[in-house]
Amino acid sequence: MTTEITFPVNQQDITSFSKDRNEPKWFADLRLSSLEKALNLELPKPDKSRINKWNFTSFDFDAKTAGGEDFSKLSDSVKSLIGEEDNIQNLIAQKNGVTTFKALHDDLTNKGVIFTDMKTALTDHEDLVKNYFMQDAVSLDENRLTALHAALVNGGTFLYVPKNVEVELPLQAVYSHEGSFGLFNHVLIVAEENSSVTYVENYLSEGSNSEAVANIVSEVYVADGASVRYGAVDNLSETVTTYVNRRGQVTGRDASLYWALGQMNDGNTVSENTTYLVGEGSYADTKTVSIGRGKQSQNFTTNVIHYGKNSDGQILKHGVMKDSATSIFNGVSKIEHGATKANGEQTERVLMLSEKARGDANPILLIDEDDVTAGHAASVGKIDPIQMFYLMSRGLSKREAERLIIHGFLAPVVSALPIESVKEQLYDVIERKVY
Amino acid sequence: MTKPNLTVKDLHVSIEDKEILKGFGIEVNGGEIHAIMGPNGTGKSTLASALMGHPKYEVTKGEASLGGEDLFEMEVDERARAGLFLAMQYPSEVSGVTNADFIRSAMNAGREEGDEVSLMKFIRQMDEKMGSLEIDESFQHRYLNEGFSGGEKKRNEILQLLMLQPQIAILDEIDSGLDIDALKVVAKGINELRSEDFGCMIITHYQRLLNYIKPDFVHVMMQGRIVKSGGPELAQKLEEQGYDWIKEELGIEDETVGQE
Repeated sequence: MTTEITFPVNQQDITSFSKDRNEPKWFADLRLSSLEKALNLELPKPDKSRINKWNFTSFDFDAKTAGGEDFSKLSDSVKSLIGEEDNIQNLIAQKNGVTTFKALHDDLTNKGVIFTDMKTALTDHEDLVKNYFMQDAVSLDENRLTALHAALVNGGTFLYVPKNVEVELPLQAVYSHEGSFGLFNHVLIVAEENSSVTYVENYLSEGSNSEAVANIVSEVYVADGASVRYGAVDNLSETVTTYVNRRGQVTGRDASLYWALGQMNDGNTVSENTTYLVGEGSYADTKTVSIGRGKQSQNFTTNVIHYGKNSDGQILKHGVMKDSATSIFNGVSKIEHGATKANGEQTERVLMLSEKARGDANPILLIDEDDVTAGHAASVGKIDPIQMFYLMSRGLSKREAERLIIHGFLAPVVSALPIESVKEQLYDVIERKVY
Repeated sequence: MTKPNLTVKDLHVSIEDKEILKGFGIEVNGGEIHAIMGPNGTGKSTLASALMGHPKYEVTKGEASLGGEDLFEMEVDERARAGLFLAMQYPSEVSGVTNADFIRSAMNAGREEGDEVSLMKFIRQMDEKMGSLEIDESFQHRYLNEGFSGGEKKRNEILQLLMLQPQIAILDEIDSGLDIDALKVVAKGINELRSEDFGCMIITHYQRLLNYIKPDFVHVMMQGRIVKSGGPELAQKLEEQGYDWIKEELGIEDETVGQE
């Protein structure tokens, strides 16, 4: 036995929760066995961060949210992300895991695209979910938090794109969180051969803040010739402790996966983003930007693991640090034996705006194959005074010059987000957090 | 509008405790173009940077005023908003900030809220100035100077000059690294600004830029100050005979500010 841990949920709670949702038996069993595992597994150990004392287990499990599909009942902050009702094509909005709005264009339904909440997916698309749910990307017995996630999953989305279907418009998901609710959100994306899709998600806090937990797992499966673009803006409040693990299994030949993650939580956060490049000629582009402020402590780890020959993985991580925040930026490019002609490149840059803040950039190349190319660049520093001089010499005030430099520094993710309202929201979040 | 004026008196400037400028003085008025010439290492670029307020240069003695206001009492951005412009020899690259956004922010920097340049007017002006400088359309959407060739950076400096229309401009070796065609284009841009409302100080090694922009005054810098001044004919003589005759005339052995 490690340390005594208690969860606010027991076996009976889980059984009745699962029953209320009409979940298949295998899933109810999976929940129970995962809860058992959670008791015996250790917390994850993000490199260079200590998270033992963080709150991952004190939360409320009652969503206190009524479901429905009524657009007018959505909050203003959600509405600002999704635009006018008439223009909404493909959207899932959830609050504390409960679906509050859902739309999918007929054209996509006819082509066999599935875009629905996890709850519905477990009953309507049981076999598909069973094939992928916490199988190859994230395993439920990896650590205490993945096990707890499997036991308690109470929100999220399932997206399935059949063979040869190219979805042009981005699919959007908005997950809002309120109160002391423990959000266990699961996103599962499956892109079959030669399909393509763009998915963009927002996490945000609403209403009053109290101690809470967000335990988020995303799994993305990309088959031969398929392409997935995954954009995210995380913006949970200071009192929410977040564990977020987004993983991609790029199993297909010449498959590609693009991540653009704007990690703007105000609370303590452990974020892992891992892409397995299994397919020959597979490609991953992983971009993360973040801002640390106040006293928050964060760990951002990006892994790209190459198994496939000619696989190409790009990591870009930019972080802005202010106040007395601490962030660790780990970038790992791992090239396994046999992944000949693989290429792994990474850049980690941290901009320090305060003497008291701490930012560590750790670029790591682990290479077990001779015939590869790889490179890394890392820097931690203040705003370049010569850049400031240049901008100010054109009349921009110190503040305005700094603003431009910071927005420019975080632009790689902002500009990669395909939905204008989400892009604007991220821009506003950056603006608010920096000033 | 009062006529532009930049007056510099007995300027001494140090970098890391090493004195580079040793008693430099000049007066530039609207309608005048001054060429500052001189061999390498005589303090020309230091002059440009110090007047704009580069953080590495320390003014130890002397004074400078722009339109009667004390230049050294102003922050860098205040100098710019007061009408001073420096076209830099090595402009910074700023990733993630498009050229157009930057120039528009700069144009609006000196304006009150509500009095900003309208987007339409801005686009029209950009198109026009980019056209006259033979700059490609894509230029405005590229990140500021990022991945620009030397020549592109120089053109971008002149584009900013034309867009911002300062009272006094200092051009720091704007001609270096330009081929003759680019040089002509850049000169054309500067000549467009020629008026009573615009004064200019052109810092250059070479006389060739002055074939296209005719200066009213030519000054030669050695040892951190002006040692000889004259009209356009002085530049011509320098082109033909070099700097040695001046050194001889003034009894200068080492014209530089004393390199280590």
